[in-house]
Amino acid sequence: MTQDPSSFAPKAGAVTDKQLVELRRQMVAFATLQLSDAHLAEDAVQEALAGALKNAESFARQASLRTWVFAILKHKIADILRGQYRSPSQSSASGCKDCGSDDDEFSTDNFFDQRGHWQAGATPRKWGSTDQLVDDEQFWRVFDTCLEALPGEQGRVFMMREHIGLDAHEICNALELTSANLHVLLHRARLRLRDCLSEHWFAAGV
Amino acid sequence: MLSCEQATRLMSERQERPLSFSEKASLKLHTSICTGCREFGRQMDDLRKLLSGQKPENKADSSDQSDK
Repeated sequence: MTQDPSSFAPKAGAVTDKQLVELRRQMVAFATLQLSDAHLAEDAVQEALAGALKNAESFARQASLRTWVFAILKHKIADILRGQYRSPSQSSASGCKDCGSDDDEFSTDNFFDQRGHWQAGATPRKWGSTDQLVDDEQFWRVFDTCLEALPGEQGRVFMMREHIGLDAHEICNALELTSANLHVLLHRARLRLRDCLSEHWFAAGV
Repeated sequence: MLSCEQATRLMSERQERPLSFSEKASLKLHTSICTGCREFGRQMDDLRKLLSGQKPENKADSSDQSDK
């Protein structure tokens, strides 16, 4: 099933084979996280790559190719998720470790004290302007690492909402969550992600 | 008076659902006096803008602008 990446090689100087291999690896990781099914993920990635790389030589910058290819991949993943209310490989709600019940192991205890105030050292500090970060590959590498570090279902739910663009109702249907579960998961994901980015990118002392 | 945990919860939830009038009022009061939560709100907006900048609708082809 593997195709030689160089068969997609665009004009010299644009994107290297090594970059294509790495891009493919990132896409498979992303798709597998979203779909929880390695075969489905591989298929989605192959289709996205085949579609996008027909026009590969027009991408002068690696970043634009990556953005375009991921955009196609996200559309494919969204279609799969919308058409799939129950996947055999998805854990049922009872098997889901972090489905947003208040006293489960991934609560927000790390960030707030008993009275619900920010813990010392956890209070958000200024980030400064973020407009130029959209095109900053270094930033997105750090972002991806922070995202992958999210526990349980938090990362997956966050990406379905913010990257793929599914609305709350669609996510609840796809993952068999209540909206209460969903809100809790997103709250925790956002707290952790913000905290991670503060520490590892903005270095504002969290 | 909202706690910071409750305030961040509302700031997260308003990205999925509209807040009620009293929720909005409580949140506004809290963020007017709590700089940490004010920053949290700004950073949530920043994150959302960054991530939507990655969406296909916002890239070069502007003939297909759909809002989510």
